[in-house]
Amino acid sequence: MSTAAVAAPARMPASAPPRPRRPKGQATGRLLTVLAWAAGLLFFAPVAWMVLTSFKQESQAASSPPTFFFTPTLEQYTSIIGSSGAGSYLLNSVIATVASTALVLVLAVPAAYAVSIRPVKRTQDVLFFFISTKMLPIVAVIMPIYVIAGQIRMLDNILTLIVLYTAMNLPIAVWMMRSFFLEVPGEVLEAASIDGASLLRTMRTVLLPMVAPGVAATALICVIFAWNEFFFALNLTAANAATVPIFLMSTMTSEGLFLARLSAASVLASLPVVIAGWVAQKQLVRGLSMGAVK
Amino acid sequence: MAATADTATDTSTTPDPHPISRAEGWRRRLPLMPAFLFVVICTQIPFLLTIWYSLRSRNLLRPEGEQFVGLRNYLDLAIDSTFRTAALNSILLTLGCVLVSLVLGLGLALLLDREFVGRGVIRTLLITPFLIMPVAGAMLWSISMFDPTYGLVNWLIGTVGISPVDWTSQYPMLSIIVALVWQWTPFMMLLLLAGLQSQTGDVLEAASMDGAGPWTTFVHITLPHLRFYLELAVLLGAIYVVNTFDQIYLMTAGGPGTASANLPFYIYQRAFLGFDIGQSAAMGVVTVIATIVIATFALRLIFTSINAKEQS
Repeated sequence: MSTAAVAAPARMPASAPPRPRRPKGQATGRLLTVLAWAAGLLFFAPVAWMVLTSFKQESQAASSPPTFFFTPTLEQYTSIIGSSGAGSYLLNSVIATVASTALVLVLAVPAAYAVSIRPVKRTQDVLFFFISTKMLPIVAVIMPIYVIAGQIRMLDNILTLIVLYTAMNLPIAVWMMRSFFLEVPGEVLEAASIDGASLLRTMRTVLLPMVAPGVAATALICVIFAWNEFFFALNLTAANAATVPIFLMSTMTSEGLFLARLSAASVLASLPVVIAGWVAQKQLVRGLSMGAVK
Repeated sequence: MAATADTATDTSTTPDPHPISRAEGWRRRLPLMPAFLFVVICTQIPFLLTIWYSLRSRNLLRPEGEQFVGLRNYLDLAIDSTFRTAALNSILLTLGCVLVSLVLGLGLALLLDREFVGRGVIRTLLITPFLIMPVAGAMLWSISMFDPTYGLVNWLIGTVGISPVDWTSQYPMLSIIVALVWQWTPFMMLLLLAGLQSQTGDVLEAASMDGAGPWTTFVHITLPHLRFYLELAVLLGAIYVVNTFDQIYLMTAGGPGTASANLPFYIYQRAFLGFDIGQSAAMGVVTVIATIVIATFALRLIFTSINAKEQS
């Protein structure tokens, strides 16, 4: 708004003197800034409160009226990190997230190459099919998956989660990468093919370096969804393969309301994704919109 | 597009891709196959089994009583009032959450689409709710915010003299929608902000030259430009929100009674707590069909927009 007010005189020299409008524009600008700050702080307030609570003693956390000033303690964090078992949940989450993301990339890169650079007829049908699986409510397939996993003795096994998280993220990954592949200029690929480079070689030396940022954005989205996934983990895992969201839930249900401890566990569980998202904000937008938004 | 076998050998040297031979077609499809088969095996086979289950009476507590019952599970659904409540709640939750977070997200995106001190910080703060683990977010709202005795919300309304409310029992749907809107508004904002920033400055300047006020400019220029982004936001938001499970499971457990159960939660309840496989499978099939019908319309809409955008 302020830039328009400055730019206006240059184009309309004589007719409308812009002077009287400027103070009003600045006032509106200031008001909008205050509004933006207020909205930002309001949305962040619950998170801030969670972080604050995690540094309290339990008695301070469950006080009414709420405690705002207190001596912070790391007690909750040390007790969670020190608690037996927390490590195995974390390890399961890391394995499920990393392995499924790697598997998604291995499957999605060639698939995206096929649907974007060398499409054949019915390519759009396949793309539609991929996205339509995302519309399939997960509950509609959980029962057969549970029964099958039970019969092949794969219940409470981290491999089951890896396979399912891969299937869950693969369609989005293909869609996202397609949009990145579409931006690669055709001449580059043609040149490579004229030089006689094989498909794999072209992909490795020409294509992948060009779409690396896209691959990174795709991986980020897959990591977020796999790390936060709760439904499959709840229904298909028990003591051996349970992940961090399950740990968080059990913190609430098995120990009653230890609010400070729960908050500390929530902060720890959310931290990896929050930091990753903060660092990669731009890639996040692109990834979330499946690359349709540039 | 007639693929003939006799051109199979020499197409690789021809730069022109039309027509492609059958062999070349398969060579091009090959890289797609592993991903395609993986998704088919992991989603379609279980879904076919769901259809099979839905035609049978099967209860894991009574394995001996399994038999083919045709469409009886579906007929039972027609008279199941809880199923109707859950379906209605699903619609209410999805519509409410998507629309409210879309409007809020648009407002926030407009606020952030200008230079001001701390813009980066505010954007970072605003996207955080979306990044918080949904399980953590659900517990944060049900306990720290909405708890009747030490929740922050009751303390806040208490400062203006309103007596405490047991939010998750008295207003379960509202509580869940608030938690969902909090989580999904940042997503809408990010998407719409990307849309706003792809708008060229010249058009806006020209509009202001022509004497258009901010409101006229917004309605006649910004909104049409944002159409594609708005549709995309609604589609993607709806895909995820319609599947909401974490918040309901952890905040209200579908209660009180079944007042806040949506379809995913009710199906889960029938399957894993009632062990009624046939009934939950039938509900799953109905949900899928309804979703596909709605999604087809939505996808068609969005593809019109994508094509329009790529052509422009």
